Amino acid sequence: MNKISLQIDGKQITAEEGTTVLVAARSLGITIPTVCDHAQLAPYGACRVCTVEADANGRSNLVAACQYPVENGMVIRTKTEKLDKIRKLLLEQMLSHAPDSEPLQELARQYGADRNRFEQEASFCILCGLCVRYCAEVKQKHAISFFDRGAKREIAFLPEIAMQECWDCKECFPLCPTSALQAAYVLTESLLTPPDATVPSCGGGCSGKS
Amino acid sequence: MSRIASVTALEEFRQEILSQRDPDKPCITLCSGSACMATGSGKVAAALEREIEKQGVSSEVVSRRTGCHGFCEQGPIVVIYPQGICYLRVQPEDIAEIISETIIGKRIVERLLYVDPNNGEKATREDDIPFYKNQQRLVLGSNRKIDPRSLEDYLAVEGYQALAKVLFQMTPEQVVGEVKDAKLRGRGGAGFPSGIKWDFARNAPGEQKYVVVNCDEGDPGAYMDRSVMEGNPFAVLEGLMIGAYAIGAHEGYVYVRQEYPLAVANLTVAIKKAEEAGLLGQNILGSGFDFTVKVHRGAGAFICGEETSLLNSLEGKAGEPNARPPFPAIKGLWGKPTNINNVETWANIPMIINKGAAFFSAIGTESSKGTKIFSLVGKVNNTGLVEVPMGASMRDIIFKIGGGVPDGKKFKAVQTGGPSGGCLPEKLLDIKVDFDELSKAGAMMGSGGMIVMDEDTCLVDIARYFLAFLSDESCGKCTPCREGIRQMLKILTNMTKGLGRPGDLELLLELAETTKGSSMCALGKTAPNPVLSTLNHFREEYEAHINEKRYPSLSCKALIAFHIAPEKCKGCGACFRKCPAEAIEGGKKRIHVILQEKCTKCGGCLEACPAVFGAVSKISGVPVPDAIPEEARAI
Ligand SMILES: Cc1cc2nc3c(=O)[nH]c(=O)nc-3n(C[C@H](O)[C@H](O)[C@H](O)COP(=O)(O)O)c2cc1C
Ligand code: SF4
Ligand code: SF4
Ligand code: SF4
Ligand code: FES
Ligand code: FES
Repeated sequence: MNKISLQIDGKQITAEEGTTVLVAARSLGITIPTVCDHAQLAPYGACRVCTVEADANGRSNLVAACQYPVENGMVIRTKTEKLDKIRKLLLEQMLSHAPDSEPLQELARQYGADRNRFEQEASFCILCGLCVRYCAEVKQKHAISFFDRGAKREIAFLPEIAMQECWDCKECFPLCPTSALQAAYVLTESLLTPPDATVPSCGGGCSGKS
Repeated sequence: MSRIASVTALEEFRQEILSQRDPDKPCITLCSGSACMATGSGKVAAALEREIEKQGVSSEVVSRRTGCHGFCEQGPIVVIYPQGICYLRVQPEDIAEIISETIIGKRIVERLLYVDPNNGEKATREDDIPFYKNQQRLVLGSNRKIDPRSLEDYLAVEGYQALAKVLFQMTPEQVVGEVKDAKLRGRGGAGFPSGIKWDFARNAPGEQKYVVVNCDEGDPGAYMDRSVMEGNPFAVLEGLMIGAYAIGAHEGYVYVRQEYPLAVANLTVAIKKAEEAGLLGQNILGSGFDFTVKVHRGAGAFICGEETSLLNSLEGKAGEPNARPPFPAIKGLWGKPTNINNVETWANIPMIINKGAAFFSAIGTESSKGTKIFSLVGKVNNTGLVEVPMGASMRDIIFKIGGGVPDGKKFKAVQTGGPSGGCLPEKLLDIKVDFDELSKAGAMMGSGGMIVMDEDTCLVDIARYFLAFLSDESCGKCTPCREGIRQMLKILTNMTKGLGRPGDLELLLELAETTKGSSMCALGKTAPNPVLSTLNHFREEYEAHINEKRYPSLSCKALIAFHIAPEKCKGCGACFRKCPAEAIEGGKKRIHVILQEKCTKCGGCLEACPAVFGAVSKISGVPVPDAIPEEARAI
């Protein structure tokens, strides 16, 4: 493996080819805020809160630290006024969907983000994809997935698989930064259970399983 | 068809084809591109066959169905060679006359000629029509000379000469060098130098490499790639093969959007014929070079045109983008080095090889070489596909070729570059249209969409329209793009409803900056352009919307009303009959009155009211005058 030398926030570091800027920064003790990043999962680059400034090949760019591979001679800045502004706005956009999310509120305090800046559209899910990716990459069950695109994008369980797998797993639940997943799951569960299912039920819509 | 196994055999075959063709024999070509098919070219073709037979001229004329000639608005188009006599809007019933008059009698059918709307002058030959006269159709020009399903036709216009040349006289390095020297830049949007891109893929480690044609073309209103693919698929394939040879690829894919069935059909026939002739497959022309190609039909999402999304989609995955790096040139289709170019880019390659880099780079501007096909639409007299040298001025394109704005209206803006392009005002009409000048002006080349807008267009509403498109078409994966477009769209929608607020412009700029800066792919990075360019050039319109709730171009439904001036109304009832909402009270010899609460603001009354009366007007920013009382309405 080739060694690559770069500078992050004024500190020189050598890293292995293929390392991401985020990982290299962490090894220097520099923290870059993240929402959708997860050690067990492949970089995904959805939240963009990890955006940093990168000078490479004579040009200055904004790149997502969690995805961008280190390049020789790169100069990275992780804390600038411009980045603070971007992160603040991104957090405000996410908070309009999940105003009570703990991890988001924590970051909001740090960046001065106002959870009421944008009209609330509390869908709870911020589409970070942690659940979807965990289920696909770690569990390899693909029980939950994204549907539709653009502003209409949302997550949903695939009932046939979810029915089989999720009850005994629930491993993706704690990953969710907004706890939307549980709600979605409960919803699917209740929708899936017909009132006259073979499993004894009170008839009021509870599944009878729990 | 037997295999053509060598260059000599190819040349012999070409000579044989040419020797059977008499250049002086009348040839009737009928455009059978998608647009002309839609206006009845199929029936015209049947009539043509019938009449040729009926009038006994089968041995004296040749007929040929071709791809798009570009002037689609005037289709179906018939051009008769060798003179190049051009008939427009030809219907089946016109054919008998065309045969008896023009073919047999050598006379012109006057009523089918082009009439200049500005001065009433007629044009007999294609080259005399202003729309064509000012173009330089290096890429699109072959469309009218060949039947896209005929290998013979393609060979007759120098087809496969470039391939033969690279396979036998040039090393891959030389081919890349030629493309670099030609300074060809990709026609798919970003304008990246094609030769340099080829070099990346060529130098990338790995045995297995791929070449891909991007025929996704998601921009609304743009159809240049479709026309090239439909009209001249052999040229695209030849370009692709030359690229494959240069890069070291032996497999290619053509990604065509689902909505282009004719492109797929013609391409499929072309592939089959090329295979039968040994111009695809193993040991092409005896050179030892192997190449196969497959067609993939895309689902037709705008984002699938973005190269990493396209490759994901080709692999059967969700058509969503990946971060770059790694670039497809290093890690593309199935992780292998892949070179992806636009249809028009590939179609330029055979010409560059045949005529040389020097020929190509002599056309255009310092930074942008060759020609570019634009799809000229909107409020312009001659709509269609326009191919001009890079550096042509916007004014020439819109006024000389496009014939200006119809109905005596004033030009207001031209939007270039597709949904995430920008709008340019009148004062920038003289800029030279090339990649860099357009970017500098805040617009972009994109794939070549060009929408002309007249004085009735509201630029705030236009920005809103494009953002709405982008909001639907964003994949939704990353926050700045998905949420940024959503919030910008909300602000614009409110503005066009008269609900703009102070601070909106600042917030728009802030959202634009974050969306542009931190989005993952070029869709998000360019999505704020419609807002930024209109804000830059037409800020006063935004301000009028917010501060005065006034809509300068009088077309924003929430901010306008229609009114009939009692003193001008002649009681003709034209508006009454036209109104779909029954919002007009009238009667014989009575002054008509619009019931504002019922009016849907469709503007039908304004159009219906005869110009000499001019009783209906559109108003904005001032209260609507009260309706005159019942008893005062008799004229
Ligand atoms: C949202 C989006 C849509 C795109 N759509 C197309 C398209 O329809 N056709 C195309 O050739 N390129 C499209 N592109 C550009 C491609 O990503 C890529 O740059 C191009 O195909 C490369 O070919 P070229 O070098 O010949 O221009 C699109 C890019 C983006 C970001
Ligand atoms: S609970 Fe269901 S969706 Fe979540 S990881 Fe487990 S199997 Fe996948
Ligand atoms: S449900 Fe939670 S973990 Fe899953 S995508 Fe939404 S916010 Fe992320
Ligand atoms: S604007 Fe349309 S709906 Fe209103 S009165 Fe005129 S025709 Fe009728
Ligand atoms: S952590 Fe990098 S984009 Fe979310
Ligand atoms: S389809 Fe006939 S001119 Fe375009």
